[in-house]
Amino acid sequence: MTTATQAPATAAEMTGAEVILKALADQGVEVVFGYPGGAVLPIYDAMFKSNYVRHILVRHEQAAVHAAEGYARSTGKVGVVLVTSGPGATNAVTGLTDALMDSVPIVCLTGQVPTHLIGNDAFQEADTTGITRPCTKHNYLVKDADTLARTIHEAFHVAKAGRPGPVVVDLPKDIQLAKAPYVGPEAIEHRTYRPKRTPDAAAIEKAVELISKAKRPLFYCGGGVVNSGPRASELLTEFVRMTGYPVTLTLMGLGTVPASEPLFLGMVGMHGTYESNMAMHDCDLMINVGARFDDRVTGKLAAFAPNSKKIHVDIDPSSINKNVRVDLPIVGDAGEVLAALIAQWKKKKAKVDGAALAKWWDQIEKWQARDCLRYKASKTIIKPQYALQRLHALTKNLDPYITTEVGQHQMWAAQFLKFERPMHWMTSGGLGTMGYGLPAAIGAQIAHPDRLCIDVAGEASILMNIQEMSTAVQYRLPVKVFILNNQWMGMVRQWQELIHGGRYSESYTEALPDFVKLADAFGGVGFRAAKPSEVDDVIKEMIKVKRPVIVDCCVDQKENCFPMIPSGAAHNEMLLGPEDQAQKPTSEEGMVLV
Amino acid sequence: MADKIETHTLSVLVDNEPGVLARVIGLFSGRGYNIESLVVAEVDASRHLSRITLVTSGTPMVIEQIKAQLDRLVPVHTVRDLTTEGAHVAREMALIKVVGTGDKRVESLRIADIFRARAVDSTIESFVFEMTGSPEKIDAFVNLMRPLGLVDVSRTGVVAISRGAKGI
Ligand SMILES: Cc1ncc(C[n+]2csc(CCOP(=O)(O)OP(=O)(O)O)c2C)c(N)n1
Ligand SMILES: [Mg+2]
Repeated sequence: MTTATQAPATAAEMTGAEVILKALADQGVEVVFGYPGGAVLPIYDAMFKSNYVRHILVRHEQAAVHAAEGYARSTGKVGVVLVTSGPGATNAVTGLTDALMDSVPIVCLTGQVPTHLIGNDAFQEADTTGITRPCTKHNYLVKDADTLARTIHEAFHVAKAGRPGPVVVDLPKDIQLAKAPYVGPEAIEHRTYRPKRTPDAAAIEKAVELISKAKRPLFYCGGGVVNSGPRASELLTEFVRMTGYPVTLTLMGLGTVPASEPLFLGMVGMHGTYESNMAMHDCDLMINVGARFDDRVTGKLAAFAPNSKKIHVDIDPSSINKNVRVDLPIVGDAGEVLAALIAQWKKKKAKVDGAALAKWWDQIEKWQARDCLRYKASKTIIKPQYALQRLHALTKNLDPYITTEVGQHQMWAAQFLKFERPMHWMTSGGLGTMGYGLPAAIGAQIAHPDRLCIDVAGEASILMNIQEMSTAVQYRLPVKVFILNNQWMGMVRQWQELIHGGRYSESYTEALPDFVKLADAFGGVGFRAAKPSEVDDVIKEMIKVKRPVIVDCCVDQKENCFPMIPSGAAHNEMLLGPEDQAQKPTSEEGMVLV
Repeated sequence: MADKIETHTLSVLVDNEPGVLARVIGLFSGRGYNIESLVVAEVDASRHLSRITLVTSGTPMVIEQIKAQLDRLVPVHTVRDLTTEGAHVAREMALIKVVGTGDKRVESLRIADIFRARAVDSTIESFVFEMTGSPEKIDAFVNLMRPLGLVDVSRTGVVAISRGAKGI
């Protein structure tokens, strides 16, 4: 743990800024991602004089939050951000919203104008608590130095407890400079916020009964299992194997069951596998652990798994019965619920309906035989799927941390990179934030300095936070940016092709930088692959170089991402490839959906 | 099907801290829920607790969502659905200004008497009535005053409490 090398002489003499840093240290914080400015200068000054935490200077406050997300998601710890008032805080808003949607524990400290100026339109004043109220789990404005230490500790409690999320603590400059008393984290017990973790015994009994009687069961699991900690993934895999039931995972849940597990059907949802979506449509029992029936997963709600009973395990009661009515809700932590289910299963010596299950697997194998991820290979042009298959083959032994940007490349990465462990896959699922991947990879690399961290990127997305190459170079972080460069906002182009009659309005990027030279300009290393035969060499070089790398992988510009459930369609109306696309126009109902 | 729109009265105990009302209102506007009325005041100064009485409408699934969403706000202590949790008393206060002379004036005073509304201000040509009752009773009184010279209504919104010995 980080210890103070130059702690202030006595607690009584501490300033607010020192209290803040000590509170961070006592919370076990090792790294802060931040960017200075007038309203946080006292904190930066205290940081200069002490050695409580390591500060990583990003190049944009949005990236500070994404980096903290990458750090948090690859370690299970709270990610910490420090930004100034006004533009510093507003720049952080996209990151905070991203963390809220994907349930990532973040504490974001924002500077604020001194308390006596609040509300006066002072220089660099923004109503930060007002602006961030809808995009945080909770926020605080500290107006009294006596409550400062307590508030910081409480912020960590709220960020971690229950369903994790971002918490903002807005810190007026006079509070940072005032004398402030220190209290340690031990003293803090939150008065009201104590989410339930342990499930009801009766619900567990009922669940085991339903699970053992199912004829066409399906586990459908998501990010809640990741957030519960690595043990939950082990328990999930154990329980799935005990039953022999098929399991599908959401984009957020990849890695909770090893991709090599034969019971795993692949990802579910809009770009999930045919077998997962068909199984979801036809199942008679859905066992949802830590997923939230997101619209990317359910497709058309009216036709969603029409003949199924549903069990829903979630730590957040407001996720239950939100868009899909379930038969058996279980409020609790995914890991605790899975442990209870396993214990009850053993106690009851529960058995599955073997004959029904064999029939169900027969059906599933027929769906699997469609080989839905196949694509037309090419000897002359790099198919994005091929590039990712090679990336996987050449890096899997290194157990890399993968982040992505947003678009087709993200969906292909989810389909073609196979995750054997949780917390190795970080993608912006809920918000779909272009610009997420590079800073998130930086955060993961800070947490795991000796490991391979790769951002699978699109050429459009990467330009949204490309400035973070400079951060990577400053801290000698060997992050790899693997750009699937199709010169298009591919996902936008795909939708325009599918839904808007091929009118490619503004989805082509006329002028792109030379990414190899750009890497060089930042002080990193650039490689280009233009032919399939070059892909392996470039990937090997990329791994070998212990510096920040950008790979410009020039891929097929016209490739579309399949399979796909078009918006407004049901699971059994998937498009499997270009042929299907021509035959099934998108419904009017689907056109209004995103 | 459970698509019927229902009206529910919720009692919500919250920490009386800055921004708590904005959180509750932001939740309703951000998620598109209805607020029919909302009343808030501190009820326990020593523990800094305020009580919000909220009347809202929606399908049963939406009402369940509203309660779950309210409950997960950090400063919220307790959420009670008075409509489903047995009998409760609901009251609202209104101030109603009526302007008129002659028969209309006399008639307004007579009806006020029947409704047990009190005149709390009067001029030669106007009354301000104060009345307390169920929202329906106030609606009825206001409707009767309309042809008699109603010019202004100010209502508090509903406060409510469960019947019987148990507290929130
Ligand atoms: C900040 C932001 N702006 C706009 C979008 C909408 N959007 C989704 S995917 C996409 C195109 C991404 O292009 P690229 O990064 O090249 O990835 P590709 O789809 O080509 O793989 C856009 C514009 C978004 N998701 N995020
Ligand atoms: Mg692209």
